[in-house]
Amino acid sequence: MTVKHIQTDVAIMGGGIVGSSAALALRRMGMQVVLLERDLCGSRSSGVNYGGVRRQGRPLSQLPLAQRAHRIWAELPRLIGTDGEYQRSGHFKIARSDADLAALEQYRTQSQDFDLGLEILSGSRLHTHCPWLGGKAVGGSLCAEDGQANPRLVSPAFALAAQRAGAQIFERSPVDEVTHDGQLFTLRSGAALQVQAPMLINCAGAWAGDLAAQFGEAVPLCARHPAMAVTEPLPFFMVWSLGVEGGGIYCRQVARGNLVLGGGSGVALDADRARSGRDAIAALSVQAVELLPALRHAHFIRTWSGTEGYLPDRQPVLGLSQTTPGLIHGFGFSGAGFQIGPAVGEVLAELARDGRSSTPIEAFSIERFLPAHAGPA
Amino acid sequence: MKKSLLQPVVVGAGPAGVRAAQTLVAYCVRPVVVDEAPRAGGQIYRRPPSNFKRPAQTLYGFEAARALAVHSTFDTLTNQIDYRPDSLVWNAQSGLLDVLHGPTQTTQRLPYQQLIVATGATDRVLPIPGWTLPGVYTLGGAQVALKFQGCAIGHQVVFMGTGPLLYLVAYQYAKAGVNVAAVLDTAKLSDQLSAMPALLTQPAVLFKGMYYVAWLRAQGVVLHSGVRPLHVLGQTRVQAVVWHDGEKELTLACDAIGFGYALRSETQLADLLGCQFAFDPLQRSHLPERDGAGRASVAGVYLAGDGAGIMGADAAEWAGELAALALLTDNGVAVDSARAQVLEQKLRQLRRFRTGLERAFPFPQDWAAQAPDDLVVCRCENITAGELRRTAQTSGADELNRLKALTRVGMGRCQGRICGVAAAEILAQATGQSVEQVGRLRGQAPIKPIPIHLVHASAPGVNA
Repeated sequence: MTVKHIQTDVAIMGGGIVGSSAALALRRMGMQVVLLERDLCGSRSSGVNYGGVRRQGRPLSQLPLAQRAHRIWAELPRLIGTDGEYQRSGHFKIARSDADLAALEQYRTQSQDFDLGLEILSGSRLHTHCPWLGGKAVGGSLCAEDGQANPRLVSPAFALAAQRAGAQIFERSPVDEVTHDGQLFTLRSGAALQVQAPMLINCAGAWAGDLAAQFGEAVPLCARHPAMAVTEPLPFFMVWSLGVEGGGIYCRQVARGNLVLGGGSGVALDADRARSGRDAIAALSVQAVELLPALRHAHFIRTWSGTEGYLPDRQPVLGLSQTTPGLIHGFGFSGAGFQIGPAVGEVLAELARDGRSSTPIEAFSIERFLPAHAGPA
Repeated sequence: MKKSLLQPVVVGAGPAGVRAAQTLVAYCVRPVVVDEAPRAGGQIYRRPPSNFKRPAQTLYGFEAARALAVHSTFDTLTNQIDYRPDSLVWNAQSGLLDVLHGPTQTTQRLPYQQLIVATGATDRVLPIPGWTLPGVYTLGGAQVALKFQGCAIGHQVVFMGTGPLLYLVAYQYAKAGVNVAAVLDTAKLSDQLSAMPALLTQPAVLFKGMYYVAWLRAQGVVLHSGVRPLHVLGQTRVQAVVWHDGEKELTLACDAIGFGYALRSETQLADLLGCQFAFDPLQRSHLPERDGAGRASVAGVYLAGDGAGIMGADAAEWAGELAALALLTDNGVAVDSARAQVLEQKLRQLRRFRTGLERAFPFPQDWAAQAPDDLVVCRCENITAGELRRTAQTSGADELNRLKALTRVGMGRCQGRICGVAAAEILAQATGQSVEQVGRLRGQAPIKPIPIHLVHASAPGVNA
């Protein structure tokens, strides 16, 4: 069998929304890029997540990235050739107690510098705005410019756009071996493909830990599995995407009328596959009817899950490797990577070209997990 | 083996499930039998509600004796099994089945160590324009209306498609006094002639088929073979059907249509159980693997009847019995191994007949190539053949789950049970691949839609 040897500027491991948008951004900078995806681009967590495109509720350290992403989302049709059903429909975070409402108000104050336009609704205004809301809600915080999109369309579209822009994308090409000679990384996929590049971007999602560990940067990355479910189409009644302070359930109604719901944890079948679990489905059922009494007579027609990389502090690893020149990490988005994904892609491209990011990312350095970090300053 | 610990679960109470349960009982094992229907019998021997009085001879014709045998067998078992009618298995996860009891809207967890999956089949649907008009039914649906509800799908009915069921349903309708306007078979007479040697391996079955055809002809029912169905006409419901007979287009007025192209196995439960699947070229579909006795690739799971590959009702009875014997053997029970051998041999012999049936009623290979772009393939989500083709071309999607993700095909209420076959054919045609290569839709719970408000019984338990 002939081995295909490719020399390139940047090699990318992982074709989720992060890797694909990095590939696109690199091409727009005029750099050569090869992306290896072991399955299909955007077919894992990037393609099967809830589809929330929200800034509200993120840690303040993520808001610069989220704001950058917010601007990119507005340009999707120009950038990737489809709007991916993206809508700035509003994201409403519900409080089920006065303490929750106070927490939402506090977040609004803390995030003021970022101009999210948060608006607190409670009392009679709450019920005027959302007559469909169940009795347990006492109020909530609306971010009118946050929204939702169809991840099944958006994430693959980034990969297709990157490909059209000249990125070489290899799907169904798992990386079996990575070596580094001090100058160049060599990636081998099976017996047929070898890629050499001075820069390597590790954005392999829940599977990124092995590569980091190989280069002396083991991180406590673990896989988690969101439990997701969808109803049949119902008459349209809800524009906003809903979340709940303290977590538990999130829900949106797509234009076609189906309600997409998530909450709780699914079950891993193996390292690569997961499903929604029965306990999560049961819990979701109860919470869904509590939140939206109109769902009482609806059905779940499908449930699903995915495999997401979580880090203990729920913050991603994003930045240059501390051990290996040319290695760049972007993974561990802990169930919240979809909205910031396109901005992370641009940041990774900047890191590859300039060695630094124009958006602050210090909080996400892999250094925080390295032993030296815990030692004396 | 401690027999008291062994309580296998049988899913489905059609011919396969009933014979499996009977065999287990014969060896002093008390199975749980879970069935979606309110009364046992399955699709082919579906029983009407108990207050309906149409005699078996009218309901089942030639099959009356077999139907009655399956029913009476099951009726004698009811005290020796844990029978759960009206119960839909909607999920399987870590040794537990989730079972929705329809009348009480309660879902319960049912533990199992051994499981016989006898989930049966539904119609294989290849749509044509107009198929979503009210008045268009599948052949199986038309038959259920007659058997279960004692009503016909229309006054002037056309039956269309291919397969043994085509003539059986037409015969049953005509016998019931319905005006059967025509039977339109996509198979050619030459197909049936060339299949004769293989069909003659089961002369009694062949005879029944020939009898239906002769009877229909004697009653003056118009039979056309070698047709290509073109579209269904109508504004608010079916008014006529249009087909091509090889030379010209023909139109026939009717107020209802029953159509289908043989059957497809209900494999979702096997999928959720983690069974390995393989492509079966004869049945043109991906089916759960099983050995000669019905053992699936997952330990403790046994597959019987049409749910694991279409072999017909008689074979389902044998396979149900055989799977139960295999289950017992695997648990250290000494069974009648000579009987098991006889059953395996009968099933093996039937394969030649099945090959003959596939030749006599071949899958219309050119269906996808002929399907117009504006044909609605997925009626739940209103996805057309053209949209599927365009998506395959622009996105490079070459696999069915990818096509689903990009287009929503198979994402509606049926979850691909109805549209999956047609979508796979279109994708194969659009990408120049085989149906085997485009793969199959991944199974996901729930197997059928479940009400959100249903009561989730917290503790797993088996009713004694």
